[in-house]
Order: sequence, then structure tokens, then C-alpha cells
Amino acid sequence: MEIVLALAIGVLTGSGIWLILRPRTFQVIMGLSLLAYAVNLFIFSMGRITIGAPPVIDAAKGSDPALYADPVPQALVLTAIVISFATTALFLVVLLAARGLAGNDHVDGGEADL
Amino acid sequence: MIDWLAHLPILPVVIPLFAGGLLILVKESRRRLRLAIAFASVVAQLLIAIQLLGVTSGSHPEQWPNNIAVYLLGDWPAPFGIVAVADRLSAIMLTLSAFLGLTTLMYSTARWERAGVYFLPMFQFLLMGLNGAFLTGDLFNLFVFFEVLLAASYGLMLHGSGENRVTAGMHYIAINLVASLLLLIAIALIYGVTGTLNMADLAVRAGQLNDGDRELFESAAAILGVAFLIKAGAWPLNFWLAPAYSNACAPVAAVFAIMTKIGIYALVRLGSLLLPTGAPAAFGGEWMYPIGLATLLFGTIGLVAAYQTERVVSYCVIISSGTLLSALGMPGVTMTGPALFYLVNSVLATAAFFLLIEMVERTRTFGADLLAVSMEIFDLDDPEAHTEAQTVIGVAIPAAMAFLGLSFIACALLIAGLPPLSGFVAKFSLLSAALQTSESTPGIAAWLLMSVVLLSSLAGIVALGRTGIRLFWANETTTPRLRISEAAPVAALILACVGLAIWAGPTLDFMNDTALSLSHPETYIRAVLNHDTVRTLGAKP
Repeated sequence: MEIVLALAIGVLTGSGIWLILRPRTFQVIMGLSLLAYAVNLFIFSMGRITIGAPPVIDAAKGSDPALYADPVPQALVLTAIVISFATTALFLVVLLAARGLAGNDHVDGGEADL
Repeated sequence: MIDWLAHLPILPVVIPLFAGGLLILVKESRRRLRLAIAFASVVAQLLIAIQLLGVTSGSHPEQWPNNIAVYLLGDWPAPFGIVAVADRLSAIMLTLSAFLGLTTLMYSTARWERAGVYFLPMFQFLLMGLNGAFLTGDLFNLFVFFEVLLAASYGLMLHGSGENRVTAGMHYIAINLVASLLLLIAIALIYGVTGTLNMADLAVRAGQLNDGDRELFESAAAILGVAFLIKAGAWPLNFWLAPAYSNACAPVAAVFAIMTKIGIYALVRLGSLLLPTGAPAAFGGEWMYPIGLATLLFGTIGLVAAYQTERVVSYCVIISSGTLLSALGMPGVTMTGPALFYLVNSVLATAAFFLLIEMVERTRTFGADLLAVSMEIFDLDDPEAHTEAQTVIGVAIPAAMAFLGLSFIACALLIAGLPPLSGFVAKFSLLSAALQTSESTPGIAAWLLMSVVLLSSLAGIVALGRTGIRLFWANETTTPRLRISEAAPVAALILACVGLAIWAGPTLDFMNDTALSLSHPETYIRAVLNHDTVRTLGAKP
């Protein structure tokens, strides 16, 4: 379980970083999205990996914290997802505006003169 | 009857939130009403900030015995619920941002507010994010308020549109999104290691970590530091700053002057809380000092090399960041007080400068921004040269030009740090404090700081003098039409600096007291963690 999660985060981060270093705006936005996914998984994993445990206290199970998953990272992830979703949407609009104004999709508004 | 005083610390967040929401709902055509809402909100924020300044100086000891105003949201006790904390440092920053907000808002009503939609609501949300970041008592809300202010700043950055602005804005957004992700990684790591996000609780628990956790915590703190340094515009993470600030429209650039300082505020706040627990690297002097010096040198070179006037001011922002980082990176607390004084002074001065140069640029004739050489090579002609040249003949010094010229001189003096204005007081107290940091003789670090700061001041005088000559003397200028609503904010900002110079003694004492309270985080920690809830816990509602 740990290795799967770690690999997922690693692969997402690696491809995300490669993509944000690319010269096309679409690649940059894909890279940012992948990085955001990686970070969300990372936050989630910081609450320790527990399987089949509810995050909300159940009267029948008692108050032993070992029986429950940590609810705080789940709440944080929810906030982080919403924020990254919103900023990605905003970046998409800026990207389209830049494409329209500059006439191409290079991040600097045009290829460098060589 | 609501006890307003008890709710004081949360009002700087709530007021702009409601005002911003209201401004979205009110039709664009009802301009008077919209302006009234916007101004009422900013004035209220300024009054509350001043009130908080009083509270944190001990005006209400019966309510806030430690002179730290703590507000528990939803009445949950501190490490579990969210807290808003206003201590002296927060109150100073709140007052500064509200004053800056008021002046730039007034300036924007003359022209820029109508250059696009939703300027006023976004401006309110920006202020909300700023205030929230200064007030929040836990790390995750720091991230949330950063996002609020950044989201608003993205919109404001693009305000007025145009190709250069959108390209610079895109870079600005991409960099800040990456910085936010770094911030999230660091926050998650810190939570994973310590199990808390409350800054006061964190300061307690960080000291109790064992070896393996300690290393993880320090790497998390380092990542957090990198994220804040990106916001603070520290070299080599600041290549986005000059294009973004110089392409934003004037009132937006002016209010952005405080945005780099928010990174510095976060570094100071967390540094003061975490240092006694055993100094995670990024918040200690070891890194901040050399990074600050490098930023200063980068800013100095950029300042001398820059030709476009907006860029000159952007590099002034970088220089002020570099000065602050290197000063705060020095050991001991003697530097913190003067550094805060410098911070207030530089924010006011650069904001006034951004507003001023936009007015000055209007006086210039076609092509004045191009180098004279390229004008000749490309044989460019001023289409209005013949008509405009005649109107300026025989005009003595009109009042508007005199105002612009004097304001320019005042801004240049403030930024370069020459007497008689507060820039001189700030730099002088900074340097004299640097020489007093060690007991016997000033160390090499103090001399290095002194020489680099003086070098940057010299470069500032050269570059700003050159800009002034180019703007006011070298080219034929036309007399601009200035509105009162444009001139008044610049005058207010400069007069505030004059006030700082006149009352430099009491202000500096106040800042030094603030620095002293920062060096004793126990009071802050106790005030937050021991704050009583209104309800008694366990009682049925």
C-alpha cells in the first residue's frame, strides 16, 4: 500500500515538474494540475494510511483514536482540492487570453529570436 | 447586545468579505453607491486597525491581559479550533495595509477603476486576504488567506488587459501556484510530524520532537521558508517580480508593494515562534542573511540597468526586500525594530512612487520611453509633435508640474535614504543597530551589510536622479491634468513618511517594543493556548 501511494505521488510530481518546464502554456497547466494531484495525495498520506476506518467518531466503537482515521488531513485535502481547482480554472482563462492576444501558445508570448 | 470589542480581531476579515460580496451584487451603473461601499469598508478597516494598535499597546488590559487580542472562531479552544491573533506586529501590518488600501483606492477611482470590471470587489478581497494573513494563528489558514489574496491579485494584475500585462500575469500566476503547492507540501509535512497546525501549539511541540521527526520537521520548515521567500521576492526566486509589478496598472502595483512584505511578515512571525525551539534552518539567520545580500545586489544591478520607469520602481521593491531579509537575518533582536520601521517606510514610499510615475508618464511626449538612439535609427516621428510643442511654450512652472517634481524628489529621498525624510531615519537606525549587534567590535557580517546597503543607496541615488532628469528635464513635456483624487493619495503617502520622520523617536521605540515582544514568544503562546472559551466545555447548549 505504501509503495503504491509513494510511487503515485512520485510519478505525478516528476511528470508535473517536467511539464511546467515546457514552453507551451497547455503543458504548463497540465503540469500544474498533476502537481496539485500529487500534493493532494501527499497531504492525504500525512494522516497515516488506515484502511476501513471512519474519520468520524462512532458511539458504538468508542473513543479509542486507533480505531479511526485522522479527519484533519481529509478536511485539508478538501480545501486544497477546491483551491487548486479554482486557480487552475482561472489560469486556463488567462492562458486563453494570452493565446488570443499573442497569437501563439508560447509561455513568453513568442519564440525567442535565435 | 454584542460585545464588539470581543469580536474586534475578526472584523478586518469579515468587513472586506461582506463589502466585496455586496459590490458584486450592486450594478456597475450605480457607481456612487459602489464607491460609498468600498470607501466605507476601507475606512472601517483603518479605524479597526488603529483600535487594534491601541488594544495591543495595552488600552484594554481587562479584556486582553497580555496585550494580545485572541479570537476563537466558533468558540473552540485554541489547538483544536481556528484562532485569529492580533499582536503588535499584526496590528502594525494591518494599519499599514488599510492605509495603503485607502490611498490606492482613492487613486483608482480617478481612472483605473473603470478600466475593467470587478475592480472594487477584487480590491476588497485582496484586503481581506492581506488582513487574514496578518491575523491568522494557524498555518493552514495562512495558506488559505494567501490563496485569497493571490486569487484577487491575479484578477487585479490583469486589470486593464493588454498583451504585456497578460503575459507577465501568466508568469506571475504560474510562479505563485507552484509556491502555493510548496506551501501545502510543507504544511502537510509539519502536520504529519507534529500533529498540529496551530502556530503557538507548534512552537511548543516542535521542541519536543525526537531525532527522525526533528529532521523531517526541519526539512518541512525549509520548504515553508522557500515558499515564503518566493512571495518575499528573494533572489534567485524573484525574476517574476519586475515584469509583473511594472506591467500592473498603477494603483494595483502600489497595493502590491505590501505583498512582498507579507512573505517577510510570515518569515518573521514563524521565525520568532520557532527559533527558541532549536532554529530550523530556513528561518534562522544562516540562510536569510546571504539570500538578503544577494537580493540586494541583484536589485541594485537591476536598478542601475533599468530604463523603463516602472521597472526602476520594481527594483526598488526588490531592494527593500533584500534589505529587510539581510537585516532580519542578522543575529539578535536589535535589528528587528529598525527593520520594521524600514518596512513601513519602504512600503509607503514605493507605493507613492508607483502612483506618482503613472501621473508623470502622462506628461511625456511620444516615444520618450525609447532610447534616443533607437529613435534616430528607426526614424520614428512623433505624430503630434507640431501641435503639442506650441502649447508648452511660455508656460512657467505650473502647479501640477511643481507638485509632481517635488513628490518625485521626496520619493527618491525616501527610497535612497537621504535626509531629511524618514528613509534616512530608517536606514540610519538599521545600520547603527547592525554595528551594535555584537558586544565588542562589529563583525564582518555587519560591515558587509553596511557596505552593501550603502552601495544600493548610492545606486538608488544615481538611478533615480537619472530617471528624474529624463522625466522632467530632458524631454519636452506637456503639463498634465491632475485630479485632486489622484494627487491627494500621493500627498497622503508622502506626508505619512514626513510624519514618520517627525515622530521618528516614538515610532522607533514602538517598533523596538514590538521586536522585544517578538523575541519572547512565550507570551504569544500562552495568550493563544490559555484563552478561555465563552461557553464552558461540556455544557449542553
